[in-house]
Amino acid sequence: MNKPPRSQRKHTPKAKNQGLYTRAIKQSFIKLNPKIAIKNPVMFLVWIGTIITFLVTINPSLFGDFNDSNQRLFNGLITIILFFTVLFANFAEAVAEGRGKAQADALRATKSDTVARLILPDGSIQEVNSTTLKRDDQIKVIAGDIIPADGEVIGGMASVDESAITGESAPVLKQPGTDIASSVTGGTRIISDELIIRVTVDPGKGFIDRMINLVEGAERSKTPNEIALTVLLAVLTQVFLIVIATMPPIANYVNNPVSIAVLISLLVALIPTTIGGLLSAIGIAGMDRVAQFNVIATSGRAVEACGDINTLVLDKTGTITLGNRLAEEFIPVNGHTVTEVANIALISSLFDETPEGRSIVDLAHKLGSQVDFDINTATGIEFSARTRMSGTDVENGIEIRKGAVDAIKGFVRSRGGNIPDDLDQTYEKVSRLGGTPLAVCQGDDIYGVIYLKDIIKPGIRERFDQMRRMGIRTIMLTGDNQITASVIAQEAGVDDFIAEATPEDKIEVIRREQAKGKLVAMTGDGTNDAPALAQANVGVAMNSGTQAAKEAANMVDLDSDPTKLIDIVTIGKQLLITRGALTTFSIANDVAKYFAIIPAIFASTGIGALNIMGLASSQSAILSALIYNALIIPALIPIALKGVKFRALTADQLLQRNILIYGLGGVIAPFIAIKVIDVMVSAVGLG
Amino acid sequence: MGQGFLQIILTLVLVVIITPLLGNYMARVFLGKQTFLDYLLKPIESRLYPLFGLRMLEATNSTGLQYVKDVIASNLVMGILVYLILMTQGFLPLNPTNLSAPSWHLALHTTISFLTNTDQQHYSGETTLSYTSQVLALGFLMFTSAGTGLAVAIAFIRGLTGQRLGNFYVDLTLAITRILLPISIVGAIVLLISGVPETLFPPVTVTTLEGANQVIAVGPVAHFEIIKQLGENGGGFFGINSAHPYENPNPFSNLVAILAMMSIPTSLIYTYGIFANNKRQAWLIYWMIFSIFAFLIIITAVGEYHGNPLVNNNLLGESQPNLEGKEVRFGWSQTALWAVMTTSTMCGAVNGMLDSLMPTGGFSTMFNLFLQIIWGGQGTGTAYIFIYLILTVFLTGLMVGRTPEFLGRKIEKPEIVLASVILLVHPIAILIPSAITLAFPETLAGISNPGFHGLSQVVFEYASAAANNGSGLEGLGDNTLWWNLSATFSLILGRYVPIIALLLLADNMSRKQPVPLTSGTLRTDTVLFTSITAGVILILGALTFFPVLALGAIAEGFQLAG
Repeated sequence: MNKPPRSQRKHTPKAKNQGLYTRAIKQSFIKLNPKIAIKNPVMFLVWIGTIITFLVTINPSLFGDFNDSNQRLFNGLITIILFFTVLFANFAEAVAEGRGKAQADALRATKSDTVARLILPDGSIQEVNSTTLKRDDQIKVIAGDIIPADGEVIGGMASVDESAITGESAPVLKQPGTDIASSVTGGTRIISDELIIRVTVDPGKGFIDRMINLVEGAERSKTPNEIALTVLLAVLTQVFLIVIATMPPIANYVNNPVSIAVLISLLVALIPTTIGGLLSAIGIAGMDRVAQFNVIATSGRAVEACGDINTLVLDKTGTITLGNRLAEEFIPVNGHTVTEVANIALISSLFDETPEGRSIVDLAHKLGSQVDFDINTATGIEFSARTRMSGTDVENGIEIRKGAVDAIKGFVRSRGGNIPDDLDQTYEKVSRLGGTPLAVCQGDDIYGVIYLKDIIKPGIRERFDQMRRMGIRTIMLTGDNQITASVIAQEAGVDDFIAEATPEDKIEVIRREQAKGKLVAMTGDGTNDAPALAQANVGVAMNSGTQAAKEAANMVDLDSDPTKLIDIVTIGKQLLITRGALTTFSIANDVAKYFAIIPAIFASTGIGALNIMGLASSQSAILSALIYNALIIPALIPIALKGVKFRALTADQLLQRNILIYGLGGVIAPFIAIKVIDVMVSAVGLG
Repeated sequence: MGQGFLQIILTLVLVVIITPLLGNYMARVFLGKQTFLDYLLKPIESRLYPLFGLRMLEATNSTGLQYVKDVIASNLVMGILVYLILMTQGFLPLNPTNLSAPSWHLALHTTISFLTNTDQQHYSGETTLSYTSQVLALGFLMFTSAGTGLAVAIAFIRGLTGQRLGNFYVDLTLAITRILLPISIVGAIVLLISGVPETLFPPVTVTTLEGANQVIAVGPVAHFEIIKQLGENGGGFFGINSAHPYENPNPFSNLVAILAMMSIPTSLIYTYGIFANNKRQAWLIYWMIFSIFAFLIIITAVGEYHGNPLVNNNLLGESQPNLEGKEVRFGWSQTALWAVMTTSTMCGAVNGMLDSLMPTGGFSTMFNLFLQIIWGGQGTGTAYIFIYLILTVFLTGLMVGRTPEFLGRKIEKPEIVLASVILLVHPIAILIPSAITLAFPETLAGISNPGFHGLSQVVFEYASAAANNGSGLEGLGDNTLWWNLSATFSLILGRYVPIIALLLLADNMSRKQPVPLTSGTLRTDTVLFTSITAGVILILGALTFFPVLALGAIAEGFQLAG
């Protein structure tokens, strides 16, 4: 997996792993409780088998006469191995859960029960426990409080320390109305002033609650693929159960009776215990990986769906280019001078608090422009997606505007002005540089163009190349004009782009792709992204985004880094690959186990030549196969927890690679391992 | 030796040549395109059908459930009809030898056996059933059961490739009128020419050279024989099936019978290729199956050629092929070839005793029955191949990090459940009754050879029933209440449960929205994927039966090898 630069990865809610293994060992025994054990049918069967072999250890003749001197020791050994098989499977699950719990505890620490100040309908304030807060309750928080629940700011203005969840130490200004700054997350701390907050979630339904449930594994509902796989494993188990259950009369008929302990051994060796023991650990670990990436997923289904994504719809700004475009140059048209353009640009940006606006002001100052009137006499005109321009109205009704070139053209025409001849040429020049041209005008006179320079994120092109290899199409959405968009699209290496995009275009693109049967993922932050986030199969909202966006999404990125979408896709794929690889390995193992056990138990029928491993004796063959079967579970725990290493390859290449390692490897490895164990078992005289 | 193997190779070449020709023709028929037979048949049909109050064939579409209901309902009616004919044959005409009704359980077993395209026979044809029973009852089922299999396979392929399933009655009629009947008419004439009788006269009594009287059974054999082969039925007119000189008089009739037996199951894979518009995949699957098939033929033929070491040790001269239980006019090679073919295609007709094959032949024939996809039964075999492809897609699809897709359609829980049912039916229908029978060998089994071979005889009988094959390692006293009823259980389970699952699965698939192909999609038409499928088939399909193979044919082989 290709990791983003260090600076982008803030694994903040640091999970504590001390005592993890001691707790997991304890849990392994607790999980022996039949009520818990039955949830995993494959391992439950092994557990029942263990009890039966224990009974025939105490009384070897319980189910018929197999009473030679050695029988009790042999049955005892089988019992011990089977018992450990169950324990190992429990341990794998317990470790995964333990890591998830540690993660959850870290998250939960941010969310201790606090006293909340509930504003009653009559306006008075009542102190209540934060867990009793319901959606639409209004609460008041003051400096020093922990914000008790996710919500939306409806009054006041305050700095909030969100480091508990984002790791970003600089406090964030929160105030009502604005898109980005009006949403607060439970567990963060207000450090100045006070806020009135409308609670937007019911108790236990907040993002953090959902994530805690997911990583703890307790409330984990199985994902669709996992369910289908569980069905297949259950059926394989039933098939082998039939094979074993019908064996006694068949074996008796050829005068080669088989003892119950051996039958159980064969059953345990054949049923898919390896994947059965690791399946839930893989699922929990997958969720845990998402959490470690500082992404909150609302369901495991969403994480799995990431693996199936065909199309990524990405905003240009922040995802493909560094968030802030900076003013690079003022280019005059219509006979104006650079200084004139700078002056007009400065005035147009007086009330523009965006980084772009600031950079225009800075550049103008650098060129020596100054404001020569009282700012208080002017009014700011805010940018809107509809008009696609902003500006300042100064005294005497003079309107100064800056914005997309065609928007300004329209504005100037509506004021009766003319379009200068050299405007289009300048516009194209800037666009071809991949920059964003903004026109500035005073009334009906267009002064020039501001060249806003866009910087493509380093390494993004390689990421898109990987995506393409994995069969994922990337579509860039940008408000830029066609030429700028195509230049940036080309430089960044996206497959398609939509220029001059409106928020409606976003949902339109998603619908169009979905109509072709594709699964679409997107990121978004603004309120007007909410419908698109809801429409997308995987919608990732930025934590800095609005509450509406977060609610519509099925994942929230606490670091507000839209590039992470690519990583999330990788995690989803990795989850599926791990499950498939270990299942294949588990099933492929059966060949060797068959060749170890069948010749051993039917030795008297003269099929000894099938003992191609040359195992020392019948007993050591059975014991070795079982020991292998037990040990392979803990041996694979690291892969289950970390996930199979993902490479950005085409499906065919991935298949080739994984079938070689886990399929062919799964056939060959146990032959070697069982032989080695057999040598050791017979060396200590157990065989 | 060389000549024997050359015969085998030439026969196989003919089989491969027929595949695209017949496969293409079948695709045209079921895709509703004009075929040359339409010019002949359409005018007849347009006059004939209204007489019975039937509409002309129309391409309507059923849901999976409706298709299932139609299959079950039609089969039920046909089954009841045939059972009644068998039970009343003593009162019906065309009964020159005055045969009375068989026991109720033998009639039940026989009816179900022919209804399920199995034709397992616990009776001896010419001495148990009248001409009416053979021709009108069983001959009728030979067409409809083969047609049912074809129709189900076509519906399955349609669903898999994203089309609606079609209509069972339309498909059944097309299968019979456009494929089975025309080929049978031509084939029967060819057999007639090669010396197979076709007569309603009673058995001929002749005076032999010694002056003794000999009764020679004859009957309407030729037409019965060809659909027996073509429809993978396998139920012979005479007790000893295609080993009888009036069913299969010479190497030429033997070749005709072999080609008839092989042609539909092999060609149907090509038909799939046309439906899916992916002939590459069809050929890949074809050659994958062919490789396993060829391997089984080789080990069987080599085993027969080398003969029985215990016998050869007593011969002073050079070692002889194993000719025990064989017709000399076919020899070791044609018998070995036929044995593998008849168990692979679920035909079940025999031209020699399968019971007398060497252990490698015993292994191959049982292996075929266990897998039931090395070509497999009429229609159903092809469908089972795709069940394994779907299971392979599921395992490998996860390994490339996507929800598994087959032909652009996602494989999810319902599909896995239905595929699993098919995987589960076979062990249930074979191992459970085998175990019960072997638990009471004295009272139930009637085994003629104790030991490993006896074990194989019992397991083979149920495997043959469950796979709807119909051949047997004779030597079992199998016309008993227990055998008739327990085999009937395996017959029904092995036929209808998979058919229901197949149709529902196809219906599910046809309703899914296709996912577009990208480089992240697992391609199923590659050599790698097809090889993995072979691995999955061997692991999932064969390992289940490894213990009984080990205790049967394999142990027998080691025993013989000493």
